[in-house]
Amino acid sequence: MDQGTIGSIFTVIVFVSFVGVCYWAFSSRNKKNFDEAANLVFDDEETKVSNKEDQES
Amino acid sequence: MSETSQAQHDYNYKVVRQFTIMTVVWGIVGMSLGVLIAAQLFAPALNFDIPWLTYSRLRPLHTNSVIFAFGGCALFAASYYIVQRTSQVRLFSDKLAAFTFWGWQAVIVSAVITLPMGYTSSKEYAELEWPIDILITLVWVAYCINFFGTLVIRKTSHIYVANWFLGAFMLTVAVLHIGNSMVVPVSFMKSYSIYAGAVDAMMQWWYGHNAVGFFLTAGFLGMMYYFVPKQAGRPVYSYRLSIVHFWALISLYIWAGPHHLHYTALPDWTQSLGMAMSIILFVPSWGGMINGIMTLSGAWHKLRTDPILRFLIVSLSFYGMSTFEGPMMAIKTVNALSHYTDWTIGHVHSGALGWVAMVTIGSMYHLVPILFGQPKMYSTKLINIHFWLATIGVVLYIVAMWMSGVLQGLMWRAVNADGTLTYSFVESLEASKPFYIVRFIGGLFVVTGMFIMAYNCYRTINAPKESIVDNPATAGA
Repeated sequence: MDQGTIGSIFTVIVFVSFVGVCYWAFSSRNKKNFDEAANLVFDDEETKVSNKEDQES
Repeated sequence: MSETSQAQHDYNYKVVRQFTIMTVVWGIVGMSLGVLIAAQLFAPALNFDIPWLTYSRLRPLHTNSVIFAFGGCALFAASYYIVQRTSQVRLFSDKLAAFTFWGWQAVIVSAVITLPMGYTSSKEYAELEWPIDILITLVWVAYCINFFGTLVIRKTSHIYVANWFLGAFMLTVAVLHIGNSMVVPVSFMKSYSIYAGAVDAMMQWWYGHNAVGFFLTAGFLGMMYYFVPKQAGRPVYSYRLSIVHFWALISLYIWAGPHHLHYTALPDWTQSLGMAMSIILFVPSWGGMINGIMTLSGAWHKLRTDPILRFLIVSLSFYGMSTFEGPMMAIKTVNALSHYTDWTIGHVHSGALGWVAMVTIGSMYHLVPILFGQPKMYSTKLINIHFWLATIGVVLYIVAMWMSGVLQGLMWRAVNADGTLTYSFVESLEASKPFYIVRFIGGLFVVTGMFIMAYNCYRTINAPKESIVDNPATAGA
């Protein structure tokens, strides 16, 4: 196989993977999971450190 | 530590505190060095005829200290913090965490000693000699084990997107560092690259551009994906877009290196490939920027009262600006004008001071009160002053460099009717002088802001309990 053919195959694989990632990200089946993940930032909020000594190790 | 007074999670904040403080310290050191060498460019006497203070030795120290000391400590602090809080579990190993902190400081101190002495591998952003490279590798492996180990033992079912970016940054930097630092040592502080000629150049810029792409972009995007939603008090605009952003960005960045080697001995097709990939890179970059800024949609009013959020959002604007400028400069015809001129320096600093430093500063202002048990920073007013100093400083800097760069490019390419060059190099240098002074002033603004930050952090950390009262109207965390 010459370089051109390898390059073409690689381009097609990358393109298909990209379409796959987009499908996975935007399919309605995964919406709930992603909404949960997006809220991970706030999920542990009650554990905010309030005392200096508490976290000293 | 006391067992009884623990909340539900027992995070290792000690290492985060250490790295946070050193971020501010190294930020001041690295940026002050930048101001000194900027001054040397229009007042060369400022090297005082001392070899250790010459531009050629301090310039790599400046780049190493702002990228790896300031930026590196910020990434360590943010990644250790984010991975614990979004995984709701303590770090995998406290011992490894302590090793990464002291090991990384040892790397930086070695750089501060060896670079002014003239020890250098002469590879840009990888100047440190081989014994220090080995120490970097050890620290980095410990860092990766600790980070991914924490993800393995996480208590949440999902891995938050910030951790994807941070993980990609760590793995790729490991590969880049080991690949580019392959050398044959000939003595304790001297080595030669195992690569030769154009291959060596390509390896160097594969490393160099991905140091930008993964160290200075993917890592700081991880920071952005945590601290922007947190400070804004709402989840990221589109989590789905962040997934596409991640995969597109990491699969494209690795190809862009050849744009540093346009019109060199590098094969033409490689240059064109690098150019094409660099142009496409514009798309995921702006996807990420829009995702970050739109997180504020419906809460724009917060920008009026919260200077921390302003730092974060303005950093994204600079990110958008420099990721438009970068692809444009990668186009060969534009590069023919811009390369080797101050335009490149302006572009780098719009990314480094505008994006990396501002997102870091915003994140650190968010972190310091939380880490040291205070409701908020000692003075919001001082954060605001810092914000304006930083913004005005960056704008002065990049505008001066754009003008100087385009002027240089035009003067260097000007030819007379008989084919001889119209201007000598020294003539272009003289033309750049006023812009070098403006750049120096811009740098002074930025450093002054960092000193104000250090004072504000000092007062926050040492404030007696209950002396700082949170006003709910401006609460962020």
